[in-house]
Formats: sequence, structure tokens, C-alpha cells
Amino acid sequence: MIQIGKKNGCRKWQAAAAFLLITAGTGVFAATIKIGAIFAVTGPASYLGAPEEKTAKLFVENLNKAGGINGNKIELIVKDSAGSSEKALSFAKQLIDEHEVVAIIGPTTSGESLAIKDYCNKSKVPLISCAAAETIVEPVLPFVFKTPQKDSYVVKWAYQTMKDNGITKLAVVSSNTGFGAGGKTQLEKYANDFGITVVLSESYDAAATDLSSLLTKVKGSGAQAVINWSIEPAQSIIAKNMKQMNLTIPLYQSHGFGNIKYVEAAGDAADGIIFPCGKLLVADLLPDSDSQKALLQKYSTDYKTKYKEDASTFGGHAYDAILLLTTAISQAKSSDPVKIAAALEKIANLPGTAGIFTMSKTDHNGLGMDSIVMLTVKNGKFALYGTK
Amino acid sequence: MKKYTSLIIFLGLAVLIPLITSLSGKNFYLTQLTMSAYYALAALGLCLLLGYAGQISLGQAGFFAIGGYTSAIMSSAGLDPRLAFIVAIISAALIAFVIGIPVLKLKGHYLAMATLGFGVIIEKLVRGIPSLGGADGISNVPDFPLFGSICITGGRAARLSNYIISFTLLALALFLLTNLLSSRSGRALRAIHESEDAASAMGVNTARTKLITFIIAAVCAAAAGSFLTHYNGSIGPGEAAPLKSIRYLSIVAVGGISNVAGTLAAGIILNFLSLRGVFGVYDDAVFGVILVAVMMLAPEGFKLSIPSWISKRFVQRKSKT
Amino acid sequence: MTSDIVIQYIISGLIYGSIYAVIALGFNIVYNATGIINFAQGEFVMLGGMITHSFSKIMSLPLALLAAVLITAVIGGFIELVLIRNIGRLAKKKLKKSPEMQMTIMTIGISILLRETALTIWGEQVQTVPFFTGNETSSITVAGASFSPQLIWIITTAFLIFLFLSFFYKFTLKGQAMRACACSKTGALICGIPASTMVTFSFILAAGIGALAGSVTAPLTQTHYAIGTALSIKGFTVAVFGGLGSSGAAAAAGFLLGIIESFSIVVFPEAFKDIVSILLLLIVLFLRPSGLFGTPLKKRKKDSNK
Repeated sequence: MIQIGKKNGCRKWQAAAAFLLITAGTGVFAATIKIGAIFAVTGPASYLGAPEEKTAKLFVENLNKAGGINGNKIELIVKDSAGSSEKALSFAKQLIDEHEVVAIIGPTTSGESLAIKDYCNKSKVPLISCAAAETIVEPVLPFVFKTPQKDSYVVKWAYQTMKDNGITKLAVVSSNTGFGAGGKTQLEKYANDFGITVVLSESYDAAATDLSSLLTKVKGSGAQAVINWSIEPAQSIIAKNMKQMNLTIPLYQSHGFGNIKYVEAAGDAADGIIFPCGKLLVADLLPDSDSQKALLQKYSTDYKTKYKEDASTFGGHAYDAILLLTTAISQAKSSDPVKIAAALEKIANLPGTAGIFTMSKTDHNGLGMDSIVMLTVKNGKFALYGTK
Repeated sequence: MKKYTSLIIFLGLAVLIPLITSLSGKNFYLTQLTMSAYYALAALGLCLLLGYAGQISLGQAGFFAIGGYTSAIMSSAGLDPRLAFIVAIISAALIAFVIGIPVLKLKGHYLAMATLGFGVIIEKLVRGIPSLGGADGISNVPDFPLFGSICITGGRAARLSNYIISFTLLALALFLLTNLLSSRSGRALRAIHESEDAASAMGVNTARTKLITFIIAAVCAAAAGSFLTHYNGSIGPGEAAPLKSIRYLSIVAVGGISNVAGTLAAGIILNFLSLRGVFGVYDDAVFGVILVAVMMLAPEGFKLSIPSWISKRFVQRKSKT
Repeated sequence: MTSDIVIQYIISGLIYGSIYAVIALGFNIVYNATGIINFAQGEFVMLGGMITHSFSKIMSLPLALLAAVLITAVIGGFIELVLIRNIGRLAKKKLKKSPEMQMTIMTIGISILLRETALTIWGEQVQTVPFFTGNETSSITVAGASFSPQLIWIITTAFLIFLFLSFFYKFTLKGQAMRACACSKTGALICGIPASTMVTFSFILAAGIGALAGSVTAPLTQTHYAIGTALSIKGFTVAVFGGLGSSGAAAAAGFLLGIIESFSIVVFPEAFKDIVSILLLLIVLFLRPSGLFGTPLKKRKKDSNK
């Protein structure tokens, strides 16, 4: 009889202990921080959106394993917009009004970002876009940020290299996407500053599978070099077409070339392409003193281990977005969106994949000219341009 | 009043829904419901064309974009949105007229191809021309004032009022279409669907009837495009894409091809689910499956309109006694 | 423009043109047997390229090509047997007239399903196929213009397909039977031709030829899960432009349109290239729906509104 009483007593403690363990495990006592993400995982922008989604999920997974932010776990709610701006808007409203997220990362494309930024700003929820358009953060809205480098900086790097190589007549080809159109504008704007005349500037259909007629026009224009600004596989097609047509002038590309798959698709034709990019692709070649090197190598390794494909700079933009956000949440010590936005503005000298971020009230991108390096392709691998 | 049964049921549900959402604290559903209502309006036009005139149009997205972009460009430039709306509708009607005259004389698949081609042209144009918004589309589109201070806008405070506006517009369209279908013109339409030769023999001007139906469908799509653009405050070239036209087709198919009420229901439900991300990455696939399944199982369309269901029950009951 | 630039434009036109021609040839096969437009034809082309890509990793290129053609042909036949034929059966019960509208709509749905399946299997990345001779940088120079040797392969394939189809329709029993079905199904049935078998066979043939087209062009154009839609649109544009139903018209129209598009770039940006061909399609539909090289509609029973 006494034994039964003891057993009951033991059971009570066991039950209490079990209850505590379970609740601690499910984080019932710790608050979960909800972050929304809108990516174009499928659809015409999936080259960007799919790696972005994978990167964001990996980041959150690793962060939660390490204990979350100040002990709070993160819940990432991802929505696939398939690149459509009306879906992005519907999801933004859903994430803010229904899921009550503290912030949104993404969307993938400029069009989607422009469609949702006003709603996010009016709802006072921080938006960290992974899209390139300068108009996303110019004029600056208090709650809207973006992670990719400014197009104008990328263009200036390319132009400086061209100037050093004595190019004065340039043909500009770009795809009819937001990325391409943005690049085209900047290219036409800054050409004169570097003594370059744009002899031909034309946009092509993003889904184009053969660009030989456009390149024929380039051949006839007398250009000394051609620069292609797009994020689609057209980048590989242009390289191949040029070799097949015996067009021997140098080919420059944009930072959209930052994916080894395009190099593979172009095969032998990829060698010699020159393009400005973030440092991710040549992380191993950087000096150990580089403050980004460790982070870049870790990201590359983690991504490749989990997803069995090489990391690209596109996924890097999502990495930077969620890095900025979680850093801001941690520094604000709060999940109040207004405080998070304020903390985002105060971030300084934070190494990310695309560069070192220093935000301010007037700069909601935070990357400078030094975030970019000139790269080329040698024997099917990325290499720093200008080195032996 | 039997012909208005669908309309009355629709209005009843429309009133019931916000009550349910506010009681269950899910007022955010109103956002996607409002957007879905406008997409359903575009599908409604296609239902008339496909279900009654028997013509496949894959250009509804193109007309939707014409409506949306015209409104966006003009109202951004300072023109009164109501005026811009009228311009949008008229443009769509004119273009439908121009395309329709030659092509409606030919066999069904020619119209399908012509309208698909038309949709592709519109998409490439708005995507390629920077002054039409380019690939990024047009954002910061002003609100559409209706009367007083009520306007079509996407702000959170205006959620309920915009839900009411969208469903009222949809009910209005349903009312007009119901009247049309039970009129002499409606009977002419149904006659054409059964057999064009017979209808022609009976004195129906088949070419003109088909053309008018095509124009009505285009106008429905353009109006929907205009309204939604003001609600969203933006529009992108994706709205003109062929895949969107195929979606409208799926909605009409699963709604019952010649079943106006069914199309409405399918349009609202399917778009609602899609806009909430319920289909995840299989969003396009769902509509493909619907097309295949409906064509396999019910090629003549589901005849499950509520009035006929009710009348069937009623008749059966009567015959039992 | 110097002469070598002109020739280079012509060569580009031939590249586009040969791709368009082989796709349009596939469209006509199904149209001839059934009277419907197979919107999924572009997906057969996509599958050809994709399957060749996958198989070329584990077997030699010619074998991979053969496998791609056979597998896609089987898929085409399967689609017809399982899906399309059933509409025919059901339609005879419920509808009083022929279910062409339903069948056309069905092919639209099938094209989406094939696309999404390809996305699930191969992902969203672009895939490459090895060049038949040389590699991506090989180049032949003729009269001052240079191009990839793959172009020769594509043009030869287009020509061979055209020859095969012409021979098939004119001289083989099966081919003549298919043409009979296209003219009048009842008449064919009376003659003892199994009409529905012919329809299945036409899908098998169209799928196989589409896959062949896809495999031979994929080295040049790369392949991707979403290319089918645009190819279908181009394909029927060319087929209608030339005149639905005729292989010769399709091939000629394909090359013609390719060259027009290539030279259009002198005036319009490449981004609007597709608009040029669709405008031409619309003009043809408005003025001469039987196509540039086809017999006028009044003489043709198949396309008038009967």
C-alpha cells in the first residue's frame, strides 16, 4: 500500500518533468518569431527564386539549431509567387494581416517588389527585397530595404575594366526583364563618363533560344565589345552563338552570370567572359584577411552539402536579407516591426555574401563599390580577372 | 422570378460571408475574396462566349491587360479614373470588334489561335515598352473613386467596403447576363450553341451574334482588369500571359461551360485558393489537371446550376405524390 | 549592310526556320488525322530534348536520341488512348456533334501537365544536350558567314522528316488511311479503316517527330521545362501561315518566317520578334485563312464552319 502511494508521488514528478520537457521542446514558453518570405520558386524567375528559397530555409534551420535569436525560434513562412506581382501582393497582405509576420524578405523580382513596397511601408512592416531595381530604395521609404548591389556600381566596374582595355565602342544587349531593363538604363547613362560610345543598345526576349540574328546586327555595328545584361540562360546562348558565328570581340556579362550552371551550359564558349560580381564565387581565392571569406566559404559548403548543387550569388541575396533581418531583431532585442526597421538602419560593417553592409537613413541598400570584384572564366571555373 | 434564383443565392452568400469572417476573426479573407471576384468577372465573360456561343477564346488575359494597363497609365497621368475606365472598355470593345469580324467566321480552333496570338502580342508589348511599364509593370496606381468618399483601393481600412464594391459589381454583371440570356438574344445564343446551321435557318444572324458575344466577353475582362488594377494599385505584364487565359478557360470548364453560376463559384473559389497559396508550387498544374479532368468526365459541362437542381427535386417530389 | 552580314542574317533565319519547320510538321500530323490543333505539340519537342539530355549521360548520343523519340512517341500514344479517346466515347453519348472543341481544350490541359511534370523531374534549371558533331564552339564558315555545324543537322532532319511524311501520306497504305480519316471519318469507317486507331497512330507519330525535332535542336537552343508553350505557339503560327494540313506548306512557311524574323531585327528590337510572326499570322487569318500555300477554304470541307 505504501508502495502505491510512493508510485503515485513519483508519477506526479515524472508527469511534471515530462510536461516541462515537452513544452520546452516545442517552445511553448519561448515566443516564436514569424518571418514572411515571398520568392518566385517556380515560373520565369525561378533561376533566382529557387536558390533564394533554399538559402532562406537553410539559414533559418541552422539558426534555430543554434538556439534561435535570444532563445526565440524563428518560423519562416514561404510563399511561391511564381514571379507574378498580383500574387506577391496577395501574399504580402496575407503575411502581414493574417500571419502577422514581423518582417518580409523578398520578393525575387523588381516588379513584385515595387507592387508590394507601399503596402508594407504603410503597414509598418519591414521589407527586405532581393530584387535589383534602384527604384525600390530610391526614394527611401522607412520600412523598405534591398540587398543586391546597386546596378550603377556594377556597371561602373564593368566600364572601368573596359576603359582599361581600350574599348571605346560598345554594343549593349539586355533581356526584356526588370533586371535587364535596369541594367540597360545604367549602361546607357554612364557610358560617356568612361569615354565609351554605345553603338547599339537592344533588348531581346528573355525566352530567346537563339540570338544569332541580334549578334549579326552587333557584328555589323562595328562594336569592339559586347556586354550582355540578363539573368536567364540566354547568357550561355550568347556566348555559344558568338563562337559559332566567329564573332571574336570580347563578351562582358552582368552579375547575373554568377551561377556555375551558366558556365557549364556554355561549355568551352564560357572561357574568357568578363563580368563584375560579388565575391561569393571566388571565396577560396580571397586572402584570409578578407572579412567576408569565412562566411562565404561556410555558405558555399553548407548549401552544396544540403542541396547537392553549387551556391550562386542569387541565393546569396536571400542570405543577406535574412542575415540583416535576424541581426536587426537580435540588436533590437524585440520583435516589434517598428523597432526592427530602426535597428536595420543602424547596421554597420556587417559582412554578407554580396558585400559589407552599412545602412543609414538615406541608404537602405548598404553596399558600396568595394562589394564588387571583376571575375572571368578560366577552364570552366570562375577566377579573379586580371590575375595569372 | 425563377431566372433570378442564382442571383438571389449569390447575393445571400455575398452578405453571409463577411458576417462569417468577422465572427471568426478572419477578416483578412476579404482581401483575396475581393481579388477573386474581379477575376471571376473576367471568367464570366468567357462563360458567355464559350458556353453559349461555343467559341474558344484564349485572349481574355489580353483584354484584361488592356483594361488594366489603360486605366493604370491614364489615371497615373492624372486623368480621372472613371474616364480612364471608359476609355479602357471602349478600347477593348474596338479591338475585339477588329479581331472578331474576320476570325469568327472560321472554325473554333482558328479563334483559339488568333486570340492566343493576340494575348502574346499584348504581353510582349507591355513587357518590352518602357513607357508601358516594361517588365516591372506599373505601380502607384491611384484609387478609383466611385461616389462620395467610397473608392476602389487596397488599403486595409477599406477592406470591407471594397469587398462590398467588388461583389456588388459582380452581382450587377450576373444580373445583366441573366437578363441577356433569358431574352431573345439569349435564346439566339443558345440556338447557335446547339446547331449553328439550324439557328441560321431560323433567321438568327449567327455572325453578328457571335461577334457581339465576343465583344461582351472582352468588355467583361477589360472591366475586371481595370477594377483589379485600382484595387491592387499596380499591374504587371504577367496578367496578359497565355497561362492566365488558360486559367480562365479552366474556371469556365469546371464551372460547367454554359453554367453562369457555376463559373462564378469556380472563379471565386479557385482564385481564392490560388491567391492564398494553397496550391503551393503546383498552382499552374492544378488548372491543367482541371482542364483534363473536366474534359474527360463531363465534356458537355456540369449542368449543376442550382435552379435546375431545385426544380428537379421539386418535380420529382411532385411526381411521387 | 555588307554581303557577309546579309548572308549571316539568312543563316540565322535558317536556324530559326528549320526549328519552326520541324515543329509545324508535327502539328500537321495530328491535324490531318483529327482536325484538331494539338496544343501539346511543343511539349513533345521539349520532352525530346530533355530525355536526350538525361539519357546521353548513360549511353551514346545516337542511342539517347532513339530512346527519346521512342519514349515520347509512347507518351503521345498513351495520351491519346487514355485521355483523348475517352472524350470521343463520352461525347458520342452526351453531345450530338463532334467533340473537337473539347479535344482541343484537353490538349491545352495536357500541355500544362507535361510542363509541370518536366519541372518536377528536371527542375527549373536549363539543360544542355551534346552537339552531334564538334561542340558548342565549333564553327563552319561559308561565304563569309559562320555558323555551328548543328545547323546542318537540323536542316537535314527537317528535310528528311518532310520527305518521310510526303512519302508516307502518298504511297503507304497507313498514310493514305490517315488522310482518309481526315477527310471524312464516316467514309473511312465504311471503307474498313479503323478511324480511332489512326488517331492514336497520328499522336504517336507526331510525338515521335516532335521529340526528334527537339533532340536535334536542343544542342543549339538548350532545353528547359517551360520552352514548350512558346514552341507550340510558334508551331501553329507557322502551320497556319503556310496552310494547315500540308507538310510542304509547313516546311516552306517555317523557313520563310524564320528568315523574315531574322531580317526584322534590322528594324525592330529582338524583344518584339514574336510580335512580327504573330501579326503575320493574324493577317493571314484575316485575309487568307487557308494559308499562303494552301488551297482556298471554299474547296476544303474540313475548315469551313460545318
